[in-house]
Amino acid sequence: MKRQLIMLTAAVSIASSAMAAELKPAVVFDMGGKFDKSFNQGVYEGVEQFRNETGIKYREFEVTNPSQREQAIRKMAQRKSNPVLAIGFAQATALEKVAKDFPETKFSIIDAVVDLPNVQSIVFKEHEGSFLVGLLAAMKSESKAVSFIGGMDIPLIRRFNCGFAQGAKYAVKDIKVISNMTGSTPSAWNDPVKGGELARSQFDRGSDVVFAAAGGTGIGVYQAAKDAGKFAIGVDSNQNHIHPGTMLTSMIKRVNVAAYNTFKGVQDDTWKAGFNVLGLAEGGVAWAYDEHNKALITAEMKAAVDQAKADIIAGKIVVHDYMSDSKCPSL
Amino acid sequence: MSNKTLPAWIDIGVIPLINVCMAFAVSGLVILLIGENPIEAVQYILMGAFGYDEGIGYTLYYTTNFIFTGLAVSIAFHAGLFNIGGEGQAYIGGLGVGLMCLSLDSFMPWWALFPFAIAAGAAFGAAWAFIPAYLQAYRGSHVVITTIMFNFIASALMVYLLVNVLIEPGSMAPQTRSIADAATIPSIKELFAGLGIDISNSPLNISIFLALACCVLMWLLLWHTRLGYAIRMIGFNQNAAIYSGINTKRVIVITMCISGAMAAMVGINEVMGAQERVLLDFVAGAGFTGIAVSLMGRNHPIGIVIASLLFGALYQGGAELSFEVANITSDLVVVIQGLVILFCGALSLMIKPGLEKLFIKLTAAKESADV
Repeated sequence: MKRQLIMLTAAVSIASSAMAAELKPAVVFDMGGKFDKSFNQGVYEGVEQFRNETGIKYREFEVTNPSQREQAIRKMAQRKSNPVLAIGFAQATALEKVAKDFPETKFSIIDAVVDLPNVQSIVFKEHEGSFLVGLLAAMKSESKAVSFIGGMDIPLIRRFNCGFAQGAKYAVKDIKVISNMTGSTPSAWNDPVKGGELARSQFDRGSDVVFAAAGGTGIGVYQAAKDAGKFAIGVDSNQNHIHPGTMLTSMIKRVNVAAYNTFKGVQDDTWKAGFNVLGLAEGGVAWAYDEHNKALITAEMKAAVDQAKADIIAGKIVVHDYMSDSKCPSL
Repeated sequence: MSNKTLPAWIDIGVIPLINVCMAFAVSGLVILLIGENPIEAVQYILMGAFGYDEGIGYTLYYTTNFIFTGLAVSIAFHAGLFNIGGEGQAYIGGLGVGLMCLSLDSFMPWWALFPFAIAAGAAFGAAWAFIPAYLQAYRGSHVVITTIMFNFIASALMVYLLVNVLIEPGSMAPQTRSIADAATIPSIKELFAGLGIDISNSPLNISIFLALACCVLMWLLLWHTRLGYAIRMIGFNQNAAIYSGINTKRVIVITMCISGAMAAMVGINEVMGAQERVLLDFVAGAGFTGIAVSLMGRNHPIGIVIASLLFGALYQGGAELSFEVANITSDLVVVIQGLVILFCGALSLMIKPGLEKLFIKLTAAKESADV
């Protein structure tokens, strides 16, 4: 019996080391690059964590024009990389073409849906997380006005905006929600100067809590809020530590966990094709509560936000998704 | 025979070649600095760009875009205008191509739609260039400033249209629905498949022949028509052109419109060919690369084809390089491209005086030897 057990363990360890040797993960970042201080960087952190923990190297490519998306994904598949992780809604069309040609390869895509038997689509319910921070913002606001600054004006960012507005209006019915987008080119993700300008003009219009879903542009927004003595809300990762006392909270979107889980899931053989929708219930989005913003969140606010979170998970509150019909009733 | 100036073959052949070599030498130093082997890097670039059919396909696909934008910049250069708006004109031109294709693709096969798409793209691109041209000719606002600003306006307009108006319902990405298969122009792969030859998939399509045709048309226009003569005369000396009775304002507007229409042909390659839909940022810097292509190609169609091929190879080979070597990111590829532009554009005349002296010395030595 004991001998059998030893043999079994040996067999398992050989099998797992063989697996480890065979696992060749790859990631295709989208335009913006892996150091965009936002979405792609979250993925980068996730796959780096995987590499540090397991010692398995991954192939990577940063797309710099639209035609390279299909080229890069195809090349990864040709080189027998498995799984191949594609980043961003813009890669969905390219991935769909390639995934059909390589049915044996496992593909995952973040922020888009590709309905094929060998593709795992990971999408986040940003509107649910934004709802919670909207609620907190409205409760914190003394001037009865809160504001939103988006990066590039695309449907995904409008989804943040719409969830935020709904949360604010859920907490305080007649609150004013001011919304601005930084720009219409990808540079809008990294324009802190303009972010600061927009924040100041929103403060002039009465807002005293600003939520920035704008990548690197947010840095300027937070600084402006600090200078003006207002509150700001971070995005994507927990940004509470940037200006303690100013950062009311952060809307966390755990892209890094999604990226890490993709690689880890294939390694552990738990990876499954299909839809993987990460909302509040799955911990894909959340509001940040730590030692940096503890003093700003009153017991009443915490109770309200926890209640709202439970209600959303239970389905008692339905947060409208902008991308379901390209409309936002609360704006 | 002691000639004070260099013969043409040195001026347009040897000097650009030396410039490119210097750019590559400096790039090699940079690659050496980050701890990689420059010889290997060059091999990856060459193999990636020309080593196999898919790579050649991508290289020529980029080349097609650069020929269009290079020609667009060059015709404006001939009139002494610096059209930096190729990016925006191509973007808006692509919109014209896309709208035409999307509205007619269920009725027409591609060959019937092709002239309409070209006309729509050209009209949109020309219209986008017309406003800066008018402001330059009749109001004195400098075309450099206005075309740059028009790039931003084009970008904002396209985002607005793609996010709010043209977006495919239910789609996450801001892009239109795809154009019906029968209405997209055939790729080179399909062309070869018709001949019974199987090649790898690449976005290269028959618009490369349109690009080459445009080169011939541009050459005919500039050197064999009265309009071309007027354009070049304005470029050499605007006052002389006015004195000789040319309506310079009108010619400037026409030149810019032709330039915009030429840039818009990127839309044929991208929207009707490679992407088969209108999407954000499909121009991807081709308009700006066109400036470098035009500078390097000495504003001549043949030079532009060669320079486009070089930049196409750099784009595709550079992608291959960052794919193969983990340490070399896409940023370094931009550095290499930047160095080529620096040496071939800004510093293009740096080595000329030295080369002239050398040439004179050599010819003198040869003559004395002959004597």
